[in-house]
Amino acid sequence: MAKHRGRGMASINYPIGMNLGGDPSQALVHSNPSGKFTVSLSAIDLGQGMKSVTRQICAETLGVPVEDVYVDTADSDTGPHDMGSFASRGTHRVGNAVMAAAKEARGVMMEAAAQELEVNAADLETDGRGNIHVRGAPHRSISVRDVAIAAQFRQGRTISGRGIFLVPLSSVDPETGEMTPATCYAHACLVADVEVDDETGEVTMIEMNSAYELGRALNPRLVEQQLVGGAWMGLSHAIYETTEPYYPDRKDGPRDFNEYLMPGPGDICPHNIAVLERPAPDGPFGGKGPGEMCANPVLPAVANAVFNAVGVRIDELPVTPEKVLRAIKAQGGARPQPKFG
Amino acid sequence: MLEFRKEFFADERDDNLKEIGKGTQRQDMLGHVTAMTKYFDDHKVQNLLHLKVLRSPHHHARIRHIDVSAAQGAPGVKRVIRGADVPVNINTLLSLLNFGKDDEPSLAVDKVRYKGEPVVAVVATTEREAFEALSKIRVDYDPLPAVFDVEEAIKPGAPVVNEVYPNNTFEYHDKYDHQKLRFGDVEKAFAQADHVLEQRYQMSPIEHAPTETNGTVAAPDTNGRYVVYTGAQGLFFALDTCAKILNVPSNRLHFIGGTVGGGFGGKVDSVTEPLAILGAMLTGRPVRYLHNREEEMQFGPPRGAERIFIKDGVMKDGRIIARYVRSYFDSGAYTRLSSYAVVKCVAHIPGPYTIPNVWADVYCVYTNRTPATAMRGFGITAVDFALETQMDKLAHLVGMNPMEFRILNAYRDGDMKAHRREAKNCALIECVQVAAEKAKWPIRDEFKRMHSRSGGGGDRAVIPHTPGVTPSATPPRPQRTSYERPGMPQPTPQSAPQPMPAAASAPQPPSLPAQPAPVQTQHGATRFSSVFGTRRR
Amino acid sequence: MSKTPVQFRHNGSDVAVFVEGGANLLSVLRESIGDTAPKFGCGQGTCGVCTVLIDGEPHLSCLTLAETVSGRAVETADGLKDGPHLHPLQTAFMEHFAAQCGFCTPGMLMAAKALLDRNPAPTRDEVVEAVSGNICRCTGYEPIINAILSAAGQPGARRA
Repeated sequence: MAKHRGRGMASINYPIGMNLGGDPSQALVHSNPSGKFTVSLSAIDLGQGMKSVTRQICAETLGVPVEDVYVDTADSDTGPHDMGSFASRGTHRVGNAVMAAAKEARGVMMEAAAQELEVNAADLETDGRGNIHVRGAPHRSISVRDVAIAAQFRQGRTISGRGIFLVPLSSVDPETGEMTPATCYAHACLVADVEVDDETGEVTMIEMNSAYELGRALNPRLVEQQLVGGAWMGLSHAIYETTEPYYPDRKDGPRDFNEYLMPGPGDICPHNIAVLERPAPDGPFGGKGPGEMCANPVLPAVANAVFNAVGVRIDELPVTPEKVLRAIKAQGGARPQPKFG
Repeated sequence: MLEFRKEFFADERDDNLKEIGKGTQRQDMLGHVTAMTKYFDDHKVQNLLHLKVLRSPHHHARIRHIDVSAAQGAPGVKRVIRGADVPVNINTLLSLLNFGKDDEPSLAVDKVRYKGEPVVAVVATTEREAFEALSKIRVDYDPLPAVFDVEEAIKPGAPVVNEVYPNNTFEYHDKYDHQKLRFGDVEKAFAQADHVLEQRYQMSPIEHAPTETNGTVAAPDTNGRYVVYTGAQGLFFALDTCAKILNVPSNRLHFIGGTVGGGFGGKVDSVTEPLAILGAMLTGRPVRYLHNREEEMQFGPPRGAERIFIKDGVMKDGRIIARYVRSYFDSGAYTRLSSYAVVKCVAHIPGPYTIPNVWADVYCVYTNRTPATAMRGFGITAVDFALETQMDKLAHLVGMNPMEFRILNAYRDGDMKAHRREAKNCALIECVQVAAEKAKWPIRDEFKRMHSRSGGGGDRAVIPHTPGVTPSATPPRPQRTSYERPGMPQPTPQSAPQPMPAAASAPQPPSLPAQPAPVQTQHGATRFSSVFGTRRR
Repeated sequence: MSKTPVQFRHNGSDVAVFVEGGANLLSVLRESIGDTAPKFGCGQGTCGVCTVLIDGEPHLSCLTLAETVSGRAVETADGLKDGPHLHPLQTAFMEHFAAQCGFCTPGMLMAAKALLDRNPAPTRDEVVEAVSGNICRCTGYEPIINAILSAAGQPGARRA
């Protein structure tokens, strides 16, 4: 007849991109007559921010403001091939392809500017605000807009670029499982604080604290979206969700959201997140992808927290009140474990 | 809400960037808040027809007879589609990558293998008329015994779910019914361990439940092609799957995606595209095939269930010296992507820890339930649940602080991983330290002083002697499938190309390290390229 | 099948359509009127992406018979803007990054608007209650709650 607090933790890593590689992405970048750029992709934005992060990568690589770049996706007639949006591969694979395409476009742009300013392209730099000037002599400058006009109408250059990024496909040894699954990994550690009601079996989330390492936070607001939303989904997996509550029996499968439960806005808890960045040597600006690993540590952290609270191990997900209650009864009552901190 | 700990790994980063690192507003945010973002069903299409599917009520049954005559004449019905109308009515998604055998029909012909499997499609002027026509279709079934449990399914004598895989397991490397991982000698280490802990874990199927269900609108276009609005997560994956099933050149299909109302892996199976396009081809009009929520919940593919057995050998001081994982992925009635998930899972074992002896056997098993597919964390999420719960139990067993237990066993730069590659770019220890600090979870100073960048390599970089395995004299063969035709040139080993270099302001990537492994082979060359319009089969 | 004429006010304009018996308001708005702001998520009234306001009250348009809005005022997210100016809720959602895939956003905004129109200074619990009928699978709700709280009390958030 009591509510017991408990805390549990979990630490994980996550491979970035399709297992074994072999998942290419391509990108095209080109300038319009007045020096505004379009990135053509067939990558899909599921809400994870594909368009936004590739826009920033392109702008950074070109050396122009982000307002001068738009990302157009996904049309199979105009966007070059991309494997798809899954496996946390978007930032890493598509991002790299966009960088390669933007590099090529930038190269042409700088050559065109060099011709206008009558210097070597190697002596020029972009200011990130739409201008190109001689390094050390900012007054000797030309706008990207004027470069675009000159390139297209006088010089006969196309300020455009193509990019492809491919991690080569690795094979798998049938006897040992030797393989090259990924080129980089993201990391996370999460602590879940819960309260377990030993009369109803209900688990209530109190707080989460976590650290996620994702290479480089290309856009901190987008990273926040993924980490907060992903942890919510992890929580949902841990305590609420399944299409087969009595697996492997298919009976009583939910058919709508009344029967398929997920935490609502009244069921969430504060989540304090720290972000670490250890750049992936082959990631765009070191970026890895947080899209999937954000959910994973929550499941075991919550299960471990339930053990800490009442001393029962629920090894079958989801951790439903029914399972908790049965386990407490089988144990002869709640047995809170020693607490850490 | 986010706290950036820039001091970690600062010497590996150049933070002097302009657009990268800024919280720039999303390109699509204004469209979202003004309801102007277009999802697949928001395109205005005239004279739209509606496709609905008749689904099997049985888990497993022979189809004796299908009578659609009453439906064909029903009000509003423009076309009734049967399995025989589908040009290539058997496929497996990963055939696009030369992996696996075709095993799944778009519309069942002689047998149904899961409750909800599509049998007949009806295209009508309104949804209501389509549903009413479905109710007029008579299908005579002979129910068969069904199997729902993965361990039951692999026993001799179990009902055969999918005749392409008569033992109810996917075939790996043409010889094994599972994927193996062999690193060191686990039996010897178990004998030496102070404690051995063997546990069973289970994760049941989970639905992606995006707020937007699976769906496609396909319409004849002005130029003899078909425009296809879809929520697919892989545009060309869906396009090429449809080109194969419908037996049309890939450039006859114009796929338009864009923003999808949530995917999470549930929109990768091309469940609605092929029939929607076929409906448009057969009627000459735009056709929409949209899952309603009940279909999405029970018949749309879920995250597959996984049953995981972990046996660990641990020393009193907290070092894990052996880990054996045996796991069964419940693929449901058809393969889809589960065969790939098994390999991804094997690659992930034993988790971000350096354990000197690691073995695993992971199976892709067929049962009579809705075929499973990818979901956020595919191949990893369930195993991480099992591994991290197991780690907690081990820490408890040896009386060690769970945080310190992780740090002690964590992998470090230079360690050898169980799949025989060097651990690099590690950061587990730092994440544990920071999470502990944030949660005010005390850890001892010696553990606060540990780093991913020190303490690794040396003895920890050695590939241990592994009994029962003869090292390959030749490089591992690429996976063989039904797609290899005799006389086809075999892939030749090539040195792996350099990864694309990052921009000038980021550190140059190192060249790929010399590996003790055989060189990587290009599997199947450029077999999947829309730009050149070719597709190798 | 004979159709019934229905006249109502849609985002401030008078509209008239002929609807089939039994047609729901969601399909009439999307297909007959061409307003694709409210979305189809379940057709069962359990997800909230079809939320519209009818005479200021939130309703699930997938379960509302189109004929029942005759003579009433229907508001969707398509009508939130005041000319070129965003509604304070829209601005707040943007500032708080309260949308990822965006599919739940139109319904969420209408549920929030209904709240702020009758209760301009809600507590966090009142905000939670008001959007508890709107499922979001992406954001984890926290940024949405914060956006609504921040829009509250802003000029224009109150019903005109």
